[in-house]
Amino acid sequence: MDTREGPKGLTRRQLLSRATAAGASFVIGSGFMAARDAAWATELTALKSTTFATLVQMARDIYPHDRIGDQFYVLAVKAYDTAEAAPVIEAGIAALDQAARGRGFANYLETGWERDRVDILRDMERSDFFQMIRSNLVTGLYNQKAVWPVFGYEGESYSKGGYIHRGFDDIDWL
Amino acid sequence: MVAKFELSDDSVVVIIGTGSGGGVLANELAQKGIKVVALEAGGRYLPDDYINDEWDSFGQLAWTDPRTTSGDWRVARDFKNLPAWIVKAVGGTSIHWAGASLRFQEHEWKAATHYGHVAGANLLDWPIDPVEMEPYYVKAEAKLGVTRTENRPGLPGNNNYKVLEKGALALGYKEVSTGHMAINSIDYDGRMSCQQTGFCFQGCKWGAKWSAAYTDIPRGEATGNLEVRDHCHVARILHDDKGLASGVEYFDKDGNLQMQKAKIVCLAGNSIESPRLLLNSASAMFPDGLANSSGQVGRNYMRHTTGSVYGVFDKPVRMWRGTTMAGIVRDEARHDPSRGFVGGYELETLSLGLPFMAAFLDPGGWGREFTTALDSYENMAGMWIVGEDMPQETNRITLSPTLKDAHGLPVADVHYDDHPNDIAMRNHAYARGAAIYDAVGATRVLPTPPYPSTHNLGSNRMSEKPRDGVVNRNGQTHDVANLFISDGSQFTTGAAENPTLTIVALAIRQAEFIAGELSKGNM
Ligand SMILES: Cc1cc2nc3c(=O)[nH]c(=O)nc-3n(C[C@H](O)[C@H](O)[C@H](O)COP(=O)(O)OP(=O)(O)OC[C@H]3O[C@@H](n4cnc5c(N)ncnc54)[C@H](O)[C@@H]3O)c2cc1C
Ligand code: SF4
Repeated sequence: MDTREGPKGLTRRQLLSRATAAGASFVIGSGFMAARDAAWATELTALKSTTFATLVQMARDIYPHDRIGDQFYVLAVKAYDTAEAAPVIEAGIAALDQAARGRGFANYLETGWERDRVDILRDMERSDFFQMIRSNLVTGLYNQKAVWPVFGYEGESYSKGGYIHRGFDDIDWL
Repeated sequence: MVAKFELSDDSVVVIIGTGSGGGVLANELAQKGIKVVALEAGGRYLPDDYINDEWDSFGQLAWTDPRTTSGDWRVARDFKNLPAWIVKAVGGTSIHWAGASLRFQEHEWKAATHYGHVAGANLLDWPIDPVEMEPYYVKAEAKLGVTRTENRPGLPGNNNYKVLEKGALALGYKEVSTGHMAINSIDYDGRMSCQQTGFCFQGCKWGAKWSAAYTDIPRGEATGNLEVRDHCHVARILHDDKGLASGVEYFDKDGNLQMQKAKIVCLAGNSIESPRLLLNSASAMFPDGLANSSGQVGRNYMRHTTGSVYGVFDKPVRMWRGTTMAGIVRDEARHDPSRGFVGGYELETLSLGLPFMAAFLDPGGWGREFTTALDSYENMAGMWIVGEDMPQETNRITLSPTLKDAHGLPVADVHYDDHPNDIAMRNHAYARGAAIYDAVGATRVLPTPPYPSTHNLGSNRMSEKPRDGVVNRNGQTHDVANLFISDGSQFTTGAAENPTLTIVALAIRQAEFIAGELSKGNM
């Protein structure tokens, strides 16, 4: 049994028991979210914790990168945590949970396999809600400079003098 | 030194748009002592201002005023309000461009003659022949400093190029090189050589790549004959009761409507805005829009048959390092109908940074098929297909019946349906591109759909007979003698080559014509 310390001094077991999330993130009390590895924590202002956790999972299922930590997905969808956006998100996530129940799962988060969650998403792929989340993720996730190293992308190069002396033609396996 | 002309000065040539066509024309006229007012909708940005970041740069430079789309092309589905990727700035799209500078092949000037009847296509021969263009190509190449012309050496090949070259040679292709690029391989014309920074699409911060923004424009201004007014959006071209152009109305920096008088008006707003402006200039005398007695304004819009192929390998390529368009395979550019289509296509290396790759690899795509491809970003090589698409009358720029821009002007709708020839060509190119990468051991190949149009052509086309097009062999409109079209919209057909060298050559030629007419007192 894993007894590693979790955020805020809770053991992993305690965390698990309090979490509604089967996915990557945990809901701790209300209005505060933290990751299992404490790599991120975020204060919520408008969305329900479970809604946000579900949204983060949905974001990961749309663009799953196993080498990208939750904190980046959290950042990518954090902008929806406003009074203005909340009603649309709550409704969209409620529909997502409804769809999960329709397939015999308790809710989206507790749908254990990505494959099953993806089936649920495929069914709603054409909805405005899905399309909004997906299209905003394209910039919300991939335009975070901090994720670029995961892909090897080096970003800005002018200040380093370009690649003329830094390997523009260094391919050695051809 | 910089000139300042009165709004009421009716002796000036007014140029609308300062990109590859308008920017060059402005300088060429100014060098000949002709007074020019150039009106540019966008702002001024120089190499120090350019940003090595794809989205930030896009936000800084791109034309993001609304446009709409229709037709069966995939761009209408994937980017319904972004049919084209064009710059709105002094220097126009010559800030974004990659620099590939190819001459048309001889037969491409006479597509109707060489390709024969192609059902559904509105092919026409250019009223110019290749021999006549030769000296203008030489001048354009010297202006742009095109590599591998005269005695300018080629650029060194980067990683992306080396992958392309190896695969292409393995398939037996012969015309494989680092291309003809308007990027300095050595110091040239007061600009330094390429530092392989790899953000050519975002504006070259070293000035190694030619752009009108920091060459022709300031040089024209230095003559004292050119005034460039930025943030000035032309709303309408005006005419007198003889049906001659008399000036333009534009919204200035502060949104106030101004009127600049003119002796000659040259329109160079790119192939979407130029026809839009002619249509928006309709009057009692010209109810269908200015210069539109043929009904051809806005029609025959072309955008090249495009697509990309990305190959994934088991080892790193790091294609983003160095020149974006670092090399080319030209063997498929020939006209050889045995392949199942007329015309030909070029294969050119291309690289996108991670943010743009995510947006353009498979727009709308998601899930592991998409993300595992991106996970291999570091191991990808990329190429772009650019081939001749068929002019079709129904592919056209029209005014939106409902949507208006911030100035209250109807926006452009861009309608495009792929011609069967375009589809056959694209599929052929996808297969050849995949074969090139397979020959180097690709583990996965990604045939990527077209991006928003970077090459916008043909919507005010050049024709011998007034009924077939909008302008004559000098870019002068058939209907209005002192109104010229000076950008890519005058293309009769698109050829397989990237268009800018030809746009520039035509602008140099047009400047000579206008100067000649002025000195003869014909205007
Ligand atoms: C990413 C990218 C890469 C490219 N790479 C290549 C390449 O390698 N080789 C190549 O040959 N071509 C390339 N191109 C295409 C090339 O940039 C264009 O074909 C060329 O710049 C078009 O010239 P133009 O004069 O027709 O229009 P532009 O250069 O687009 O200039 C038009 C100007 O008019 C202004 N304007 C429009 N309407 C108005 C108005 N109403 N009032 C005032 N101003 C107005 C615009 O703001 C703009 O500045 C590339 C383009 C892009 C986007
Ligand atoms: S790769 Fe060369 S041409 Fe391209 S932006 Fe960098 S220095 Fe300029």
